[in-house]
Amino acid sequence: MPVLEVHKMSHNFGGLRAVNGYHLEIDAGQIRGLIGPNGAGKTTIFNLISGIYAPMEGEVLLNGQKVNGLPSHRIASMGISRTFQNLLLWRHMTVLEHVKMAHYSRIRYGLVGAFFGTRKRRREEEEIAERALELLDMMGIRHLANQVVLNLPYGAQRRVEMARALATEPKVLLLDEPTAGMNPEELVQIMEIIRRAHREFGLAILLIEHRLKVVMELCERIQTLNFGEVIAEGTPEEIQNDPKVIDAYLGKESVI
Amino acid sequence: MASTTTFRTFRDGWSRVPLIGWFFGALLAVTLERLVGDPLALAVGLPKIPALFGLDIMLKKPLLIPNAVLYGLLVYGLPMGIATRASIAPANRLATGLFRLPIVVTTVVYIGFLYAILHVWAGVNDYRALVLKLTLIAIMFTLSLNVINGYMGEFSCSHPGFMALGAYCASVFSLGLFVDNRFFGTALLPPALGPFLFPVALVLGGILAAAGALIVAVPSFRTRGDYLAIVSLAFLFIVKSLIENLEYVRGPRGLSGQPDWANLPTVFLWTVACIWSINNFVRSTIGKALNAVRDNEMAASAMTVNTRRTKMVAFLFSAFWAGIAGGLFAHVLRYVNPGTFGIQTLAEVLAMVYFGGLNSVYGSIVGAVSISLLGEVLRPLEIFKWIIIPLLLILVMIYRPTGLIAFKDVDVTALFRPKTGPGDEV
Repeated sequence: MPVLEVHKMSHNFGGLRAVNGYHLEIDAGQIRGLIGPNGAGKTTIFNLISGIYAPMEGEVLLNGQKVNGLPSHRIASMGISRTFQNLLLWRHMTVLEHVKMAHYSRIRYGLVGAFFGTRKRRREEEEIAERALELLDMMGIRHLANQVVLNLPYGAQRRVEMARALATEPKVLLLDEPTAGMNPEELVQIMEIIRRAHREFGLAILLIEHRLKVVMELCERIQTLNFGEVIAEGTPEEIQNDPKVIDAYLGKESVI
Repeated sequence: MASTTTFRTFRDGWSRVPLIGWFFGALLAVTLERLVGDPLALAVGLPKIPALFGLDIMLKKPLLIPNAVLYGLLVYGLPMGIATRASIAPANRLATGLFRLPIVVTTVVYIGFLYAILHVWAGVNDYRALVLKLTLIAIMFTLSLNVINGYMGEFSCSHPGFMALGAYCASVFSLGLFVDNRFFGTALLPPALGPFLFPVALVLGGILAAAGALIVAVPSFRTRGDYLAIVSLAFLFIVKSLIENLEYVRGPRGLSGQPDWANLPTVFLWTVACIWSINNFVRSTIGKALNAVRDNEMAASAMTVNTRRTKMVAFLFSAFWAGIAGGLFAHVLRYVNPGTFGIQTLAEVLAMVYFGGLNSVYGSIVGAVSISLLGEVLRPLEIFKWIIIPLLLILVMIYRPTGLIAFKDVDVTALFRPKTGPGDEV
């Protein structure tokens, strides 16, 4: 059974049909790519799946359970995690605090622990910190744990976001342009991190990406989106040679 | 250059004084003042012991400035300087010993010490005791507002309203149950029981304030930013005019004759409890969620943080402590009227929060203490007081936009750590 299913999902912004009849099935351990020109609706699809907007039509199923319409923190704690295209980090918090924060829904000490500093709270906070440090280790940014994110270089901030997304212990990970603004060296590193995360956690990953090199290397199947609709779906080779995809990116060849 | 280096080595001598050493020094100084303060003040030409470190005298009679400075030096400066410096080794040994004990025991010892210092200092005259109690209440009030305006990044104007709710609730409780008076009739319970039930009165006040906060929060937390400021300002006016028109609590004439239960130890213990629980809260991951919501709410909810619950809990919690502060305030002054909880109180507490530092427990303490003391010290200048304090605030906003000590919570282990070697000071 696919871990994430999306059926006939549509959404309008005013009169604009941003997403139209989107359809997706991902099994655990698959990496899927989502490409398309700017404004095609890729990020909107992420926002709809992760519950930032509730889709107007269609449904989103996680392990067969309907999640659309739930608040986004519920969807996140059920196992859909994501990163953001334009790095939505918390500017005054340290790297470690970022990753600890993603454990929020699994905190059991409650308000009593928060107000009175019980032993249970101390133990839990220590456990969370330990797990967070392991993730930071995996991302290669453990030495930055006590730095405030504002002071970090861009590549490190991307890793913080990735560590934070993985800390929610997701089943499905939505990556919104994880390599945006990176140089070729950082690109190789982040691809290695995505592969490792995929291998170690057995995640289903849905990836929005503009760099075809990344998509072609990582993804088993790719969907191409234009004006909110899927215009082509297939393996990287099929997509690369699909005339509709070429049209969407380069425009139609006009006959003079 | 040489003089700056010698000054630095001179100053660095005190960098190895642990907190307990400073406490010893301060205790010595205040005890000295208690014992020989009066003759010493006469000897240096002052009429009596200066109430607030001589600052109050300097403004009233500028000619006495040298005498006041001399007094301050003799009573506070020299004894503290010498005692702390001389006792570095034993103080560090003691600090090490205390540090090995369970953290609860250590904390109690330190708090006991702090209380002893304040008790001796405030014992000199009633004015000092009153200023100290009001300052402690200001700390609670400022800290509770900082949870919203600093940690959560919203702008709440309703805190004086929460304080009023707490003050009136606690007053009605204590006047109605334990005091024979004209408004509530004869006492229902024996007055001897009163001091034991005083915490109940305060907590009820806090709960009423939290209930008021719920009324503000439900409609205004759907949106962000200015809306809460406007709704909460409206709430402040509603509470004020509600009390003014409520004949049950004697309207604008106010309630008086509250029993004298808010003595220094009581106020001190409640302040410690307030600082402790708020500090606990903002350092936990549940409390840190406030910062996440403030810095980016969308990211917070994508990382499983229940943003609405987070904001609600913080707002109610903060109002609760404002209510407790109100209850104590009413019992310290033993009089309360609705006029106290207006725009001026709001302006004062906002000044304390922004002066001291946003998102900071230390900052709230510093802000509340410095603005309260300034307010008292500048009293002789009358109306000019309200020019000088805002000017100071403007200067702070220009040079340190987030306040004097922003983004700093209390880390007790770091605070209690002995300072034996250079390696330990990290």
